[in-house]
Amino acid sequence: MNVLAIDSSNLVMGVAVTTGRKVLGELTTNSRKNHSERLMPAIAQILNAVGLKPADLDRIVVAEGPGSYTGLRIGTTIAKMMAWTLKKELVGVSSLEVVAQNGRGFDGYIAPFFDARRGQVFAGLYENKGREIVRTAPDQLLMIKDWITELRKLDKPVLFLSNDMEKWCDLLCSESYATLGESTQNVPRAAELARIGAQKEPVSDIHHFLPVYLRLAEAEAKWLAKQER
Amino acid sequence: MKIDVNQNTMILAIETSCDETAAAVVENGTVIRSNAVATQIDIHRRFGGVVPEVASRHHVDQITVVCEEAMNKSGLEWKDLDAIAVTQGPGLIGALLVGVNGAKALAYAHDLPLVPVHHITGHIYANRFVHELKFPLIALVVSGGHTELVYMKEHGSYEVIGTTRDDAAGEAFDKVARTLGLPYPGGPEIDHLAKEGAPVIDFPRAWLEEGSLDFSFSGLKSAVINYIHNEKQRGHELNPADIAASFQQSVSDVLVKKTMIAAERVHAKQILVAGGVSANSKIRSEIEKAASTRGIPLIIPPLSLCTDNAAMIAASGTIGFLKGMRADLSLNGKANLSIEDF
Ligand SMILES: [Zn+2]
Repeated sequence: MNVLAIDSSNLVMGVAVTTGRKVLGELTTNSRKNHSERLMPAIAQILNAVGLKPADLDRIVVAEGPGSYTGLRIGTTIAKMMAWTLKKELVGVSSLEVVAQNGRGFDGYIAPFFDARRGQVFAGLYENKGREIVRTAPDQLLMIKDWITELRKLDKPVLFLSNDMEKWCDLLCSESYATLGESTQNVPRAAELARIGAQKEPVSDIHHFLPVYLRLAEAEAKWLAKQER
Repeated sequence: MKIDVNQNTMILAIETSCDETAAAVVENGTVIRSNAVATQIDIHRRFGGVVPEVASRHHVDQITVVCEEAMNKSGLEWKDLDAIAVTQGPGLIGALLVGVNGAKALAYAHDLPLVPVHHITGHIYANRFVHELKFPLIALVVSGGHTELVYMKEHGSYEVIGTTRDDAAGEAFDKVARTLGLPYPGGPEIDHLAKEGAPVIDFPRAWLEEGSLDFSFSGLKSAVINYIHNEKQRGHELNPADIAASFQQSVSDVLVKKTMIAAERVHAKQILVAGGVSANSKIRSEIEKAASTRGIPLIIPPLSLCTDNAAMIAASGTIGFLKGMRADLSLNGKANLSIEDF
């Protein structure tokens, strides 16, 4: 099975192509965010580099979020459009689950997170079970202070993985249970996305496949709050 | 550049610049094979206007749906297409990005050329479904975001000779409608209400300097709001229908007069009206009267093609395609795109 993986959910932009258990190619940047300009050329470049045509693909896997709203829409739109028009399978994978793969072998919990502004983070909790990394808690949006307090209660080592680590370094470093990921562990790998995506069930309705924003649009949240009053 | 506009072409276009997700297939720039639109008006009504983040989210939900409908109804296969056209701007950036990236994915998947389109040129080219264009012409473009007089000396050539210095006409409609407590979108509501009233209140008309083809609607908007405020303070009963009719008359007088001056100045062979506000019945009838008095042929698209749609983008995209305009896979949406770059 030829898999194309696409991740544009955060600052990192990654694309990868795998076939069976083999990684054919991978392209990652972690510096600029103009994904709208660079993602489609990157897809064309990686497929060209590994000698595949769009029609040769069997499955398209996309990092579905959480993450930057705009970034998610760019990746999701391209993935949907390609899967629909080429009649290929489409799979969505949590963007946090992709980062969690970089904690393979860690004895304890793996806690990937993305900065979500206003003191909040998009956070996930995973752990090693045999050769696989499994989800322990649903991905969520919460205050980082609350998240740290909750993790402290687990009374086990926690590996924090985040490309936004620097921003929260002071808070995290003082926690005795915390290990902070190395620079290379904090960057999600599109080849890992392809690997996880190859094992999941494809979505049944490509048309209405949507990013997982984990947060309502502000206007919508305000409107709902007003209805409840 | 002279181009042969009668070549056979088949173009799929995508439009997502505001709150309509749309895709269409157009043959030879003049025949609509299919025209699919998913409107979000009902979704945004509760917010009193288009919320960009909400609009962008809905575009992702509808983008492949409208493309599928457009392809199915066209009776064509991907190999029958000559190009994919897409609205590059102007518009809401988050909304534009969905269409642009979707179009790039299609162009790449089927190895088709990609043609960027300026949204306003789409509104202008909606007229080509009604009648072949004759040059030179003057196009009056009036919508929520635009009030422009565009001079075209030939296909695909656009020169802005008049523009608004503050609010777009459609914006003024929306704000006055809101002040009158009318639901969103305000344009059709005012049009409707005005039919029950008369233009008895003398609101200002901004003519600006002698000979200027520019517009200004912020003064008029304030005048209407002040009038309502003052009447309420004096304890007078408001007559919303008269206010709507008077406001509409003021907008229409300025739009029509300046369009006629522009048309006579360039010896236009045609006057085109384009954009959402051209659905307004008062503006339609007044401009028809003025053009026929002067013996200048006038084209206004049917109501269904006045609001945002992808058929018009395909029509303009056909001209861009024939002119050799191409974008590569790095094409990006642009919120403020100048029509004169096209
Ligand atoms: Zn428009």
